[in-house]
Amino acid sequence: MTQMTEFRSPQGEPPVEPQLAGSPVRAGDRIFRTLTAGSSVFLLVIIAGIAVFLFSRTVPALQADSVNFFTERTWFPDSAPSVFGIAALAWGTLLSSLLALLLALPVGIGVALFIAHYAPRRLATGLGYLIDLLAAVPSVVFGLWGRDFLVPNMVGISSFLAENFGWIPFFATPNSETYTQTMFNAGVVLAVMILPIISAVCREVFLQVPQGHIEAAMALGATRWETMRMAVLPFGRSGMISSAMLGLGRALGETVAVALILSTSYGISLHILEPGGNTFAANIALQYSFAQDTGIDALIASGMVLFVITLLVNMAARWIIARRAAFSGAN
Amino acid sequence: MAKRIDARDLNIYYGSFLAVESVCLSIEPRSVTALIGPSGCGKSTFLRSLNRMHEVVPGAHVDGSVELDGQDIYADNVDPVTVRRTIGMVFQRPNPFPTMSIFDNVVAGLKLQGHRSKSELNEIAEGALRAANLWNEVKDRLDKPGSSLSGGQQQRLCIARAIAIRPDVLLMDEPCSALDPISTMAIEELIEELKRDYTIVIVTHNMQQAARVSDRTAFFNLVATGKPGQLVEVDRTAKIFSNPSVRATEDYVSGRFG
Ligand SMILES: Nc1ncnc2c1ncn2[C@@H]1O[C@H](COP(=O)(O)OP(=O)(O)O)[C@@H](O)[C@H]1O
Ligand SMILES: [Mg+2]
Repeated sequence: MTQMTEFRSPQGEPPVEPQLAGSPVRAGDRIFRTLTAGSSVFLLVIIAGIAVFLFSRTVPALQADSVNFFTERTWFPDSAPSVFGIAALAWGTLLSSLLALLLALPVGIGVALFIAHYAPRRLATGLGYLIDLLAAVPSVVFGLWGRDFLVPNMVGISSFLAENFGWIPFFATPNSETYTQTMFNAGVVLAVMILPIISAVCREVFLQVPQGHIEAAMALGATRWETMRMAVLPFGRSGMISSAMLGLGRALGETVAVALILSTSYGISLHILEPGGNTFAANIALQYSFAQDTGIDALIASGMVLFVITLLVNMAARWIIARRAAFSGAN
Repeated sequence: MAKRIDARDLNIYYGSFLAVESVCLSIEPRSVTALIGPSGCGKSTFLRSLNRMHEVVPGAHVDGSVELDGQDIYADNVDPVTVRRTIGMVFQRPNPFPTMSIFDNVVAGLKLQGHRSKSELNEIAEGALRAANLWNEVKDRLDKPGSSLSGGQQQRLCIARAIAIRPDVLLMDEPCSALDPISTMAIEELIEELKRDYTIVIVTHNMQQAARVSDRTAFFNLVATGKPGQLVEVDRTAKIFSNPSVRATEDYVSGRFG
């Protein structure tokens, strides 16, 4: 905020002495201001354009739909009458993404803490590069790796969970015990995909914790871990939330990896160890080539819902961060 | 509480660099000992070796011994965490935890030691804030962030935080150098009061301050940059400033160099 005021034009300043007057606004300033203002406007126009496009295709889709768009699970937009809804897609998207976040966040924070405050310099640098490299792997590679390597090797874990924790509905497997092409598989692959972003962002904020805060904790007799809890983690709080939201955003919108792993179905099931389920993005990718007019509009309408969900997630994150801004350490 | 410290043949290293050489220094309980000397002579380094904060820097180590009432804090079976709970520290730049309220800052060390009862924490926090002459200024806004205070108040908050865990010794590294004259005076008065209960060691750049607050003064010097710092002499403050026994001390306190 303080930076913003510095860029403001000198309207509020007292009139200058004539001999000092010269040109009050330098050319560089003017160009810079035009450039920054121009690009912000450009960005807004693009976002507005996307919203208008999504909206203009969503309306006809909703008019064509013969059932409730929000509660219907199946997807037959091109049949007569047109029947489609996002209930199963929304469920699958949120389930797989939250699962991914649940798995990736603690691991990502742990990795970031290790790199920033535990590992010796050499190892930390190496690990940092590795994480950055992992973040650059295209998601189709993650998808293929997940399908052909990770999923077959996860059967053991899945069956262990089902056998020992089957009394928890999430881990129950009443219908199928193949343990492949499941929400759990998708969640784990998504978790691996979003791990690099989470740990890279967290590592940056953990590195920025002022040495003074760390020493303050240690001088009070805090152990290594207590120092992390007292000084490092609270300072990195908003960064951790941002990293989680970035990761969640990527998981929510992930197409190929999920499409490759899930055996898509339009059910709503709690049983993450059984095959089936679907997500917005995977559904769009898989259905697009078959879709006719209403089908395309229907897919775009589902995209609109994903857009709104992502927006809500971001707003929630901002709200959480802003709520305790005074305690953020940024002042 | 208020224990004595005896440093014996203490050599302090950063990796292979010997920063402070063979210091023998006794620090009396319930008194203020000032460490003075030109910049880079190892005052901070020596101070931080007294509560094992020195070894926080990678590669940093010491040889020799530092005894707290006869017990070597560098003995193999001594945990540095315990040492730091017994020997508190106040830093040059006020460093309250920005993510914590004023109250939580004061009781941060207590919570580490497992004190949980709300009434106990309230009582100790009030006592520590009163002892740090800060209670009246913050009693109505204990839930506000510590960073909302002025620099001088923040430093007194840090002192309150350090004494809330009832250490035996309080180490202060130029606690006033980031503060204005009024806040400096407040801290100096506070030091005067705290020495009734604590052993205090204070590093200061300001010779008037050393003369005002301390009972004994230790003068550190270094022969040349890159050479290790050494303890030149230690004596009653009045003697150091009026009639020191070493020439270098006289030159320094009279402002002829440094
Ligand atoms: N973290 C560090 N790593 C390596 N050398 C250091 C470090 N801190 C201080 N030194 C060196 O130790 C010597 C003493 O420094 P310091 O104790 O800070 O002096 P003073 O507090 O008297 O100004 C100096 O030569 C300084 O360069
Ligand atoms: Mg210093």
